[in-house]
Amino acid sequence: MYVTDKILPELPAPSNSKGLIHWFKVNLFNGPFNTLFTLLAAFLLYKIIPPAIEWAFIDATWFADSSSECKLENGDRKDGACWAFITNRFDQIMYGFYPEEERWRPNLAGIMLVLLTIPLFFKKTPKKAWLGGFILVIFPFIAFVLIRGGYFGLEVVDTGKWGGLMLTLIISLVGILFALLFGTILALGRRSSMPIVKSLSVVFIEFWRGVPLITVLFMSSVMLPLFLPEGTTFDKLARAMIGIILFQSAYVAEVVRGGLQAIPKGQYEAAAAMGLSYWKSMFLVILPQAMKLVIPGLVNTFIALFKDTTLVLIIGLFDLLAIIENVLGSDNAWLGFHTEGLVFAAFVFWMFCFSLSRYSMALERQLDTGHRN
Amino acid sequence: MTNPQNSTNEEFAIQLINMNKWYGDFHVLKDINLNVKEGERIVICGPSGSGKSTVIRCINHLEEHQKGQIIVNGEEITGDVKQLERLRTDVGMCFQHFNLFPHLSILDNLTLAPIWVKKIPKAEAEATAMKYLERVKIPDQALKYPGQLSGGQQQRVAIARSLCMDPKIMLFDEPTSALDPEMISEVLDVMIELANEGGMTMLCVTHEMGFAKKVADRVIFMDAGQIIEENNPEEFFNNPQSERTQLFLSQIIDH
Repeated sequence: MYVTDKILPELPAPSNSKGLIHWFKVNLFNGPFNTLFTLLAAFLLYKIIPPAIEWAFIDATWFADSSSECKLENGDRKDGACWAFITNRFDQIMYGFYPEEERWRPNLAGIMLVLLTIPLFFKKTPKKAWLGGFILVIFPFIAFVLIRGGYFGLEVVDTGKWGGLMLTLIISLVGILFALLFGTILALGRRSSMPIVKSLSVVFIEFWRGVPLITVLFMSSVMLPLFLPEGTTFDKLARAMIGIILFQSAYVAEVVRGGLQAIPKGQYEAAAAMGLSYWKSMFLVILPQAMKLVIPGLVNTFIALFKDTTLVLIIGLFDLLAIIENVLGSDNAWLGFHTEGLVFAAFVFWMFCFSLSRYSMALERQLDTGHRN
Repeated sequence: MTNPQNSTNEEFAIQLINMNKWYGDFHVLKDINLNVKEGERIVICGPSGSGKSTVIRCINHLEEHQKGQIIVNGEEITGDVKQLERLRTDVGMCFQHFNLFPHLSILDNLTLAPIWVKKIPKAEAEATAMKYLERVKIPDQALKYPGQLSGGQQQRVAIARSLCMDPKIMLFDEPTSALDPEMISEVLDVMIELANEGGMTMLCVTHEMGFAKKVADRVIFMDAGQIIEENNPEEFFNNPQSERTQLFLSQIIDH
């Protein structure tokens, strides 16, 4: 027989830090192969990074009035990057062909959006739901009237003149907003017990997921007008947006459906047993949980959507990449500075996508109520 | 209300009349007949797979019966969506796995249905919620999330959540089966208190025979989709009539 009358004290865990040299030994020089790869990697980094920094920063020409400042006297290119190409044409890269004297309008819309959105990131903001609703429902109209004009004495700027980063952001934001909305409804539809709703959702999703986006855009721009009655015009940008929304909502639907399936049956039953209607139990109980689960998948889809907006080039809209590649790239004054343009475009896209990714990770942590202690 | 088995004029909370249910070809409930008076406390027991949970899940139509009638508060359940939403506000249910909403705080779990179904103002719903949290003895957990609570605490929250809707009938579907042994009594204590207050019709599927002895007005024993025996607790435990009941009871008591 054994009985103890003493309670053992809690001791701190043994320290497992053994210093930098130990870390190097274990992680980088652990055996001959590991050592070889470490040295090889170090050599490659040495070969790539210093020249890249030299090209992009040290030898670069940042501002210039003409391309001649980026060239040597004999007409050859200087060694460093010619960012002057970007800085010189920055306005066009941002706004496309939007008239210079009206550019305060998209600027104002952008600033409004940022100012309205900032309070949403603070936990203590009162009436958050109303503010969010305002941004999603009312603000798009305000932004549209501001940017397109036609009311309150604002001069009409046709959507054909919208371009650059502004166009990229407009298409992406509208696309994400509506794709999320329709996608969620489609996902619910696909899981519906009503046969007609279910089959319509399945057919819709499988159709739009099965065709390439480039076909959708091409059809919407070239084929659709052939079927419409003569004389009907339908804004090109609107057609592109509808195409993108239909296409991406099919993807969103499948992502959301994955989340819906992961919610235990007991949650549906508990909601139903309390007398919540179908829509109330979906919006109050099921979707908040399902959406939280599928944040990684949704962000994946949204990043794809954001980058896919570059395809609107083929129907004659000039987004960020199209302005750099096709408009400025064929500008005689700045011929031969392709690389800088592409690097800049890649950097802008990467920055937006990376921010979205970081934000989504923060959101996941914030929404995690699983086993917080 | 016509009732072939019982033609008294008494007010019944629940009547099951020749209820039958199949899962595919499997006949899971066979001619279930049961009248539950208002305020009556009934314990349903039986071996696993006997259909006891299915019976109470049919009462609030989480499962659909295929034959016979279910009459709750004088209304026959037809499966009509609007009728169900109305009936379910009067019929609370506690599940084996609690089924709290993990994304909502305890307080929000309790106020969700009162606010969105009964349209009770938020402040009032929160006051009611706190009242019931005090009754189940965990008011200090109101702002935590379900994942932070022990199983016993979660089940007490689930009971409080049902009570917030002020139901006339409470259904308990094996409320202690998923709990660690040392947490069973805290949940049973809450249920005993609730039963002793009276006024509420309670149907409880459970293996807790001590609970049945203490509070039940009637004990029902089911096996293979049938009601085998039905009696008051004293007779049921001391003088079981059918062989299957005797076997079942001997197996429970032997341990």
